[in-house]
Amino acid sequence: MLQRYLIALAGNPNTGKSTVFNKLTGLKQHTGNWPGKTVVLAQGSYTYQGHTYEIYDLPGTYSLSASSPEEEVARDFICSGQPQVTVVVVDATCLERNLHLVLQITQLTTSVIVCLNLMDEAKRQNMVLDVHQLEEELGVPVIPTTATTSEGLQALQDAIARVTHGALRPQPRSLQLDQEHLASSFYTHAERIADQVVANSQQGCDFSARLDKVVTSRHLSIPLMLGLLASILWITIVGANYPSDLLAHLFFQLEDLLTTLFIKLGSPAWLHGALIFGMFRGLAWVVSVMLPPMAIFFPLFTLLEDFGYLPRLAFNLDGLFQKAGAHGKQSLTMAMGFGCNAAGIIAARIIDSPRERLLAILTNNFVPCNGRFPMLIVMGTIMASSVVGAQMGGCVAALVVLVALVFSVLATLMISKLLTSTVLRGELSYFILELPPYRRPQIGTVLVRSFLDRALSVLWRAVIVAAPCGLLTWILANITFHDITLLGHLSNWLQPLGQAMGLDGVVLLGFILGLPANEIVIPIIFMGYLSQGSLMEVQGLAAIQDVLVANGWTWLTALNFMIFTIFHWPCGTTLLTIKKETGSLKWTLLSILLPTAFGITICVVLTKIVDILYVGCS
Amino acid sequence: MTLADLLPGESGIIQEVDTEPLLQQRLLDLGLLPGTHIQARFRGRRGDPVAYMVRGTVLALRLSTAKDVIVHPLGRSL
Repeated sequence: MLQRYLIALAGNPNTGKSTVFNKLTGLKQHTGNWPGKTVVLAQGSYTYQGHTYEIYDLPGTYSLSASSPEEEVARDFICSGQPQVTVVVVDATCLERNLHLVLQITQLTTSVIVCLNLMDEAKRQNMVLDVHQLEEELGVPVIPTTATTSEGLQALQDAIARVTHGALRPQPRSLQLDQEHLASSFYTHAERIADQVVANSQQGCDFSARLDKVVTSRHLSIPLMLGLLASILWITIVGANYPSDLLAHLFFQLEDLLTTLFIKLGSPAWLHGALIFGMFRGLAWVVSVMLPPMAIFFPLFTLLEDFGYLPRLAFNLDGLFQKAGAHGKQSLTMAMGFGCNAAGIIAARIIDSPRERLLAILTNNFVPCNGRFPMLIVMGTIMASSVVGAQMGGCVAALVVLVALVFSVLATLMISKLLTSTVLRGELSYFILELPPYRRPQIGTVLVRSFLDRALSVLWRAVIVAAPCGLLTWILANITFHDITLLGHLSNWLQPLGQAMGLDGVVLLGFILGLPANEIVIPIIFMGYLSQGSLMEVQGLAAIQDVLVANGWTWLTALNFMIFTIFHWPCGTTLLTIKKETGSLKWTLLSILLPTAFGITICVVLTKIVDILYVGCS
Repeated sequence: MTLADLLPGESGIIQEVDTEPLLQQRLLDLGLLPGTHIQARFRGRRGDPVAYMVRGTVLALRLSTAKDVIVHPLGRSL
């Protein structure tokens, strides 16, 4: 049997550690829902010269003083003696602070390799680094790399192999340390070494400094943020149309083919109905209507993250979060929630204080995730095209969704304020945010990775969730009791509440049955509306609009639908994650109650107000 | 004088970090040690938080934290 070797990957945040990890392991890894970010221990493997190496991507830390959970994880793993080699990824442009961590690690284990990354950035800043001198001073191998272009990674793999097999033995220099003032004595050594190794060091990057002046400026920061978001939404809305039509067309043809097959095999009508009209159409809907917006929005957002914009977003929004009594990192976990609420909730582990972490978990669902974006986009597009026509529809739809998003962020702040002045009262803990230099996003990698990750996981979800839900809905819609289908009974029962909210029973039932995944809410609603009890074939948005109007929808219904889309209970996956992360049923229930009560209240009040105005006018 | 008093563009030398232990440890880990050169870079929209350049990195601190770091001012430098 082949022996597997364990390699730990350590380093400061923002050193390109994740890029090194991705490039080394390719697609052979298991990460969270948010590609590119290390929240839990990501693990991957690669094969080099016939041996398999198992890499553990440790959380990015500045030190191993074990004053935060991430540091504890990193420290414990390195100390456990399990990894044959610990590779420390180091930012070449910021050597001094990175060496602080390297020196700490060489005190814990001798088997260390330094991966001197971001060499291209260093070159751009005209820095000159003496790699041999650095090896000399540290006593461990130093491999210069530019992970984004894979430069030096072969040499790194080679060094890992040689250290693992004893051909190369790192011998870290012993350090004179003042145990009373550990941090300062590590820094004294780091300063000395950096001074000897680096020539022509500048204080940071000019380009970043100039851009930051604009991005964080008093007058431009917020318009710029909204503009960026609006552009992303616009590209998503306009771009999603074409693949959506194409996919719908393909599924349509496939359905014909399958139907012919069923007839040939002489299968009974109920089986054909259940499998084709129930399962297959449920699946087709999710894939063709929901997948394209996700597949466009997600990579675009990841590009922005890659560029280094998210820390600036946190910087700009910190004033507001501070006022709401929230931790500064909550704006980051919120931003991750736009990708996936479950991922945002796991990401809340980066907040040390339990009180503020709980706050971030409870409020995460107040921003719409990737699964709910398409719902907003579909509804926004229909609203926009019915008011201004299809020509300008894209722009107006983007604007509608943008307003919805801004509203969701304001709601997050309001609820945070409410919680911190009631059940989650307490002292604000400290907040330090690093603003790393802007980096050119690796467009190719991001596109491929986030598309593959998203597309595959959404397809998988579609298969395991949408198909059975489609089947269940079909059964509910086709079994009658006292001349009314079960679906009809359920939606009639929900009708009073639905009406008070300016919606109807079918919509509410759609949301309830859509608990496993928000992606299937709209398909279920359509199944409910269509009298024959099965989903209609997937057609363009115009057809969707016709069905809605025929079922009494007005602009107010669409608006209420968007509001309830943002503010209702978290999806099944998110709920399980909340239960797991908080370990408490009480907080999980509160996470259901908060957004649901908020959404119902707004819808009811809004409907009432419009009702009164309408009566007053006529 | 504290770090919170530095205006954008002004530099100082850190003299003392006096705050709760956890934050103190974190600031030390980031290299905010007595004797370290630090420069205020830019402020948030409402003056809080503030971004500082220290040891080649830009760090943003809330004013409440910056008030706990005593500095010796060096005036404007580029």
